[in-house]
Amino acid sequence: MAGNDAAISARGLTKQFGKLVAVDHVDLTVPRSHVYGFLGPNGSGKSTTIRMLCGLLTPTAGRIEVLGLQVPKQAEALRRRIGYMTQKFSLFEDLSVRENLEFLAAAHDVPKVRSRQRVDALIAQYDFADRQGQLAGTMSGGQKQRLALAGAVIHEPELLFLDEPTSAVDPESRRNFWEKLFELADDGVTILVSTHLMDEAERCHRLAILDRGRLVADGTPLALTGALEGRIVEVVTREVRRARRALLGQPGVVSVAQIGSDLRVLTRTGGAVADHVRRALEEAGLQGEVKAVSPNLEDVFVEATRKRARDEEPARRQQA
Amino acid sequence: MNLRRLSAIMVKELRQLRRDRVTLAMIVGIPVMQLVLFGYAINLNLRGLSAGIADQAATAGSRAVVMDMIATGVIDAEIAAATPRQLMDGLRRGQISVGVVIPPDFERRRIDGREAVQVLVDGSDTVVQSAAIQLAQMPLDNSRAQANVTGLREVTPAQISVVSFYNPERRSEVNIVPGLIGVILTMTMVLFTGVAIVRERERGNMELLIATPVSVSELMVGKVLPYAVIGLVQTTVILLVGLWLFDVPIRGSVLDIYVAAILLVLANLTLGLLISTKAQTQFQAMQMTFFVFLPSILLSGFMFPFAGMPQVVQWIAEVLPLTHFLRLIRGVMLRGAALVELWPSVLALVAFTTVMMTAAILRFRKRLD
Repeated sequence: MAGNDAAISARGLTKQFGKLVAVDHVDLTVPRSHVYGFLGPNGSGKSTTIRMLCGLLTPTAGRIEVLGLQVPKQAEALRRRIGYMTQKFSLFEDLSVRENLEFLAAAHDVPKVRSRQRVDALIAQYDFADRQGQLAGTMSGGQKQRLALAGAVIHEPELLFLDEPTSAVDPESRRNFWEKLFELADDGVTILVSTHLMDEAERCHRLAILDRGRLVADGTPLALTGALEGRIVEVVTREVRRARRALLGQPGVVSVAQIGSDLRVLTRTGGAVADHVRRALEEAGLQGEVKAVSPNLEDVFVEATRKRARDEEPARRQQA
Repeated sequence: MNLRRLSAIMVKELRQLRRDRVTLAMIVGIPVMQLVLFGYAINLNLRGLSAGIADQAATAGSRAVVMDMIATGVIDAEIAAATPRQLMDGLRRGQISVGVVIPPDFERRRIDGREAVQVLVDGSDTVVQSAAIQLAQMPLDNSRAQANVTGLREVTPAQISVVSFYNPERRSEVNIVPGLIGVILTMTMVLFTGVAIVRERERGNMELLIATPVSVSELMVGKVLPYAVIGLVQTTVILLVGLWLFDVPIRGSVLDIYVAAILLVLANLTLGLLISTKAQTQFQAMQMTFFVFLPSILLSGFMFPFAGMPQVVQWIAEVLPLTHFLRLIRGVMLRGAALVELWPSVLALVAFTTVMMTAAILRFRKRLD
């Protein structure tokens, strides 16, 4: 079932905390040497999934195979081969840059001589040459993220888990950070990175969208957006708020979002979408310019989460 | 157990400790402060001392004197010895705290009005000493009925002499300083490791640590050993201040003192570790250490004499590491006993440490759930 070409393969992965189902029957296949994105809002189960994949949480149900090892059973053997960067900065704030890296090297069984080389190399590579004696706690958000990444790759892992690595970082640092990720991927490292930022998700080779514990879509960013081709229109009008109200009630309209002074409309089916919207505006006595635009990941995300709500609605009604 | 990983943990702990000024101040500050405060403060009284009796006279009169002494409730006859030498051995081993010697010529001495009974006292415990002095106030004429029958003269109170071993000047500091080593080590050591695991959990380091190949036993041992060294530093500080301020004698071997100290340190550190696996926050951990600290101070025999406590309380006290350490350290420092002579307490501390460490390792999971 799980081919050797996949770095991660999970089937029916489920985690329950009491009554709350944090992760609900997620099937996941992450190919090797890919940057694989986990897109989802806060509380969608991204962190929980990552923790189960590295063997830090025991799944309630489901099977996981990571780098050919059964998790959580063989989690200890896995630890030497994976790197994990936690959502919250988890290196020691009262240790210096060098001390943190030295500790992590030893903790990961990097041989002594090799460890010195790695620490020196990473300090140069991640721009810590002039601050290797600085305490980690006194550094900026971007520097901390860089250090955490250096710490996560010190033992040259085959697979890297990054849990919202750039949530507290400025755009410039984020760009640098992603460059580092692609360098690693070029070297053959598989990277699983969670995010709630669309622009980050766009950078991934493949991505999965999580919504309230369910995997609602996965594929390459291109395939995901391509599937929505022809279903998005942009409306430019003077009376944005009124237009939005008018369009929201229309059958076939999935969502209407205000982007600056324009409206972005996502419809259920393709075809004569622009005409349909134009007619709806006229009926409401509004004037506006309507044009088809190409879909982006945010549209994919909205469609995926709304679709799930639509699918669940009839079931809920039946129950009631 | 991988030595490289173990030493990495230890180095990390020491580096963090070096930057933690409050803790560093605590390591030296608390011993000095407590030593000065306690050193000048405590003095008390009691009953139920274990005693050895060497009745070499074995006359009706001497037996009556012994019965009278036991009837006062101050002493419990624990062993019957043939010679004063045996009593002294018992004192040194901590088996008894009072020895009563009735010489073969008791009857003659009594008639002559000379000292007829000798009470040997373990002066390493000031409370015992003062109790023995009460005992000496007991007039031998309590046995007047018998005395009259045998036609003897009444004897005067001065006929019982008290010989205090190990602390002839009856200074309470002498007794308190060795105990303080134990109290201070209990207070600081349990606290150090009590917060050790919780702190890393609170700061988020734990998720990083458990995602590494570091094993639970490496983590636990790596956290205990650096503080064991700190414990020995504290022991040294207390000993030096004790010598300098209070002239506390060291009659046994210094090596034995350090061995006893390290036994207590390890017992307390592993207890702290167990607390740390249970506590959710550093504050909770501190509250829990107080559950250990208070009984330790009150029941171990540091403040109040062990012998005077109800049986149930004594059982509780037997579980506390401080109780056993006090027996060791008073024995070694004040009575010049060798550690091997006090083996039951050594064994108790080793057992305590083993149980605590095992429990801590078993309780700790390399999981977040």
